[in-house]
Amino acid sequence: MPVRFSLVAQAVVVVLAIVAIAVIPNVIELFAMMQLTLFAAMAVLALSLAFIWGFGGILSFGQTAFFGLGGYAYAISAVNFQDSTPSILLAIIIPALFAAILGYFIFFGRISDVYLGVITLTVTLILFNCVNSTSGDEYRIGKALLGGFNGMPAVPTFNVPFYPDQVLSPEQSWWVTGGALLGVFLLLRLLLSLPAGRIVVAVRENEVRASLLGYDPRKVKLLTFILSGAIAGLAGALYVNWGAFVGPTIFSLSLSAEIIIWITVGGLGTLLGPVVGCVLIEYIVAYIGSQQALNSNLVLGAVLVVFVLLLPKGLVPTARDLLMRLVPAPKAKEQLAEEQVPPSAAASHMAGAE
Amino acid sequence: MADLVPLLKAEHLTMRFGGVVANDDITFTLEEMELRCLIGPNGAGKSTFFKTLTGQLVPTSGAIAFRGQPIAGKLSHEIARMGVGIKTQVPNVFNGLSVRENIWLAVRRKATPRAQGPAVDAVLEMIRLTDHADRIVATLSHGQRQWVEIGMVLAAEPELILLDEPAAGMTDEETLHTAAIIREINKSRAIIVVEHDMEFIRQIAKKVTVFHQGRVLIEDTVDKVMADQRVRDVYLGRKVAA
Amino acid sequence: MALYLIVALDVLNGISLLFLLCLGLAIIFGMMKIINLAHGEFIMLGAYATVISANAGVNIWIAMLVVAPLFVGLVGLIIERCLIRFLYGRLVDSMLATWGLSLLIIGIVTTIYGNTQQGVPTPLGGFSIGSYQSSYYTLFLAGMAIAMMALVYGVMRYTRLGLIARATMQNPAMAATLGVNPTRVYMSTFAVGAAVTGLAGGLVAPVSGITPGMGGAYVAKAFMTVVGGGAAMLSGTMSAASLFGAVNQVGAYFTTPVYGEVLVFTAAIVLIRLLPQGISGRFFKGNL
Repeated sequence: MPVRFSLVAQAVVVVLAIVAIAVIPNVIELFAMMQLTLFAAMAVLALSLAFIWGFGGILSFGQTAFFGLGGYAYAISAVNFQDSTPSILLAIIIPALFAAILGYFIFFGRISDVYLGVITLTVTLILFNCVNSTSGDEYRIGKALLGGFNGMPAVPTFNVPFYPDQVLSPEQSWWVTGGALLGVFLLLRLLLSLPAGRIVVAVRENEVRASLLGYDPRKVKLLTFILSGAIAGLAGALYVNWGAFVGPTIFSLSLSAEIIIWITVGGLGTLLGPVVGCVLIEYIVAYIGSQQALNSNLVLGAVLVVFVLLLPKGLVPTARDLLMRLVPAPKAKEQLAEEQVPPSAAASHMAGAE
Repeated sequence: MADLVPLLKAEHLTMRFGGVVANDDITFTLEEMELRCLIGPNGAGKSTFFKTLTGQLVPTSGAIAFRGQPIAGKLSHEIARMGVGIKTQVPNVFNGLSVRENIWLAVRRKATPRAQGPAVDAVLEMIRLTDHADRIVATLSHGQRQWVEIGMVLAAEPELILLDEPAAGMTDEETLHTAAIIREINKSRAIIVVEHDMEFIRQIAKKVTVFHQGRVLIEDTVDKVMADQRVRDVYLGRKVAA
Repeated sequence: MALYLIVALDVLNGISLLFLLCLGLAIIFGMMKIINLAHGEFIMLGAYATVISANAGVNIWIAMLVVAPLFVGLVGLIIERCLIRFLYGRLVDSMLATWGLSLLIIGIVTTIYGNTQQGVPTPLGGFSIGSYQSSYYTLFLAGMAIAMMALVYGVMRYTRLGLIARATMQNPAMAATLGVNPTRVYMSTFAVGAAVTGLAGGLVAPVSGITPGMGGAYVAKAFMTVVGGGAAMLSGTMSAASLFGAVNQVGAYFTTPVYGEVLVFTAAIVLIRLLPQGISGRFFKGNL
C-alpha cells in the first residue's frame, strides 16, 4: 500500500534525522558545529514564518518582533532566575501573548492585505526604537540591565532543567537546538495533516467560502498567528543561547527581510524548503562575511530578485517537480499532505484576489 | 405556535451603495420546506439580497429573522452555523484543496469523526465526482467546480439552502441532474434558487418571486408569474419593452 | 512666543520633509498599485548623486534640483524595464523583488563608496527667533513641498498627460481600449516617481548623514504614510504626512526624538485600525 509505504518512508527519514543530529558533534569540528547550531536556531525562525505565510496566507513583515521578544524575554529572565528552565518557557509565552494581542487587533479589526504588512513592520520598528533607547541604569528589569543599543552581554546559556549549575556544553546545546528544529518541524507537519491544519489552509484558499461554511476566519488566523509567534519566540531563545548575547538588532528589518528570502528561495508552501533556504543563505552570508570581495547585501538582494523573477516557486518545489518528471510516480494522489497544497492563493492573498 | 414562525422573514430590507439602491424596502417570507425561485433581470438585486441573508453585507436598514432569530448584521460564519448555506454566483471553492477535502470541510461541522468518511462519500456520489475525489479543485472544469460547491452546501446540511444560478454553464444533461437534486433535497429542506433559465424554473418551481430594480415586483405561482404582463415587460419579453 | 514659533517651524519642517519623502512612493502606489520597497534606496541614490556632484564642483542647487532627480529617474526607468514590468498585478512579488532590489542597491553603493558617512554643508544660513536658532533651509523645504504639490496637482489636473494618467489609474483596461498604451504610462509613472524621490533625496542630503543604509530610516515611514493616506495620491499623502509629521515633532518636543518616532508608529497603527481604507478612503473619495 502506497500510504503505508509513505508512512514508513517518513518514519525512516525522521530516524535518520535523529541519528544525524546525534552523531554530528563526533564527525565535525567544534566551529562548524557552532555554526550549525546557529543555523538550526534560525531555521526554527524560518519555520515560524513558513507556517503562517505558506499555509496561513499571512505575510508578516515583522516576524522579528516575536523573535526579538523571545530573545529578550529569555535573556531578562535568565539573568534574574539564573536558570534557563522558566526562561525558555517565558520566551515562548511572552511572544505568544504579544501575538494574541496584536493578532486580535489585526484580524478582529478586519485589517488585511498591505495594511497587515504595514502594521507588522511598524510594530517591529517600535520595539527596535524602544529597546534601542534603554541605555542607562534606570532601564532594568529586576537584575537585568537592558543596555540600550549595546544590548545585554553574558546572558546565561541553557542548563539542565532545574539544575542551574549544570550548564550545557556546546555539544548538548547543539542537541537541544537541532532537536528543537526537528521537533517544531514534526509538530507543524502533524498539525497540517490534522483537521485543524486543513482548516488553516482552507481559510487561506478562500476566506469567504470558509465563513459561509461556518468557520470563523478571524479566529483561525488569530490562532495561526499566535502559534507562529510562539515558535519565533522559541527561536529567539535558541539564538540567544547560541551567542550568550542579545541586542536590539535582533528586531532589525534586515533580519525580517532575510527570513522572507529564506522562504522565497527554499519554497513557499512547504516546510522543508524554508529550512533548506535558511541554511543555504546563512551559509553563504557567513562565507561572504569571512572574505572581503563581495558585500552580503549585494548577494542577498541579487538572490531575492533572481528567485522572484525566474524561480518563483523556490528550490524545493522546483526540485520536486523535476523529480516527478524524471520518475513517473505510480499515483500522484498518494503524496504527502503538504504537497497537496500549492500556495496559489498565498501569493495572491495580498492582492485581495477574493 | 412554533409553526407560525416562518423559516425566513425579511422586513423592509434596504441596501444602499452610495447613491445606488440595490434592495429597496423588500419584504419577503419563506415557510419551512418551501422551494422558491427568485427571478429578475440583471441588477434587480437578487445577489445583493443573498449577500445580506448570509452576512456578506450588512443591510442599510430593515430586519431579517431566521426562525424568529434576528440575523441582519451577524457575521457570515455565525449565520452559517445557524443553518444557512449558499452557493454563490461565481464558483467559490477552495481551489488549492482536493475535492474530498473541500467536501470534508463542509461535513466536519455536522458529523462525528466516525461518520465523516461515509458522509463525504455519499455527497461525492450525489454530485458524481467520486472518480475525481482526490483531484485538486483548480484542475477541474467550470461545471465540475459548480458541482463541488453545490456538494459543499449539501454536505453542511443547512436548514435553508440558497442557490445563486446553480445551472449556469451546465450542459442540458447536467441541468436535468441539478433539477433532480434540488427536488430531492427539497423533501427535507427549504431552498431559494436564483435562475435565469425559464425551462429550469418550470422544472422545479412552485412559487416564484420577481425582483425588479431592487423591489419585489410580484410573487405568485410559476404559471401566473409567467402570464403577468409586467413580468413580460421587464424580464421575459424584452422585445415588448423595446 | 518665540518658543511657539520655533515649535511651529519644527512641525512645518517635519510635515514638508515627510511629504517630499513620500510623494514619489505615493505616485507609484497610487498609479500602479505597486509598493516600491526600494524607495528608501532611491532617496539614498538621490542624496549620493547630490553629494558626489557637489563635491566634484557642481553648484549645490543644481546638484540637488537637477542632477539628483535626473539620475534617479534614469535608474527608475532602467529598473522598470528590467524588473518591475514583469510584476504588475503581483503585489506580493513586487514587494519581494523591490525589497531584494533595495538590498542590491545598498550592496552596490557600499562596494563603490564604502560604508562611511558623507555630507554637504547646508546652504542658506540661519536666523534667530528670540534666543532660538533656525535655518532658512527649513523654509526652503516647506516652499519646495508646496511647489511640488502644486506641480503634481497642475500636471494631473490640467494637462493631457495628467488626464491619461488619471484615466489609466481609474481603469487601465478601458484606457487601453481608447488607445492609451498602459506600458508607456506605467513606465513613465515609475520613472517620474523615481525622479521625485531622487529630488527628495537631494533635498535631504544637506540635512542628514549620508550612508548606504540611510534609506532604511525612511522606507517604513514613507510606506506607512502612503498606505495610511490611502488611494488618493495628493490629498491622502498630504493629510497623512501632516498628521504623522506633526505627531512626530510635537512628540519629540515633549519627550525625546526616539519616543516621537514611537508615537508616529503608534499613530499609524491606530489610524489604520480606525480607517482601514486610509484617510482618503474616508474623506477624499475620488480626489487626486
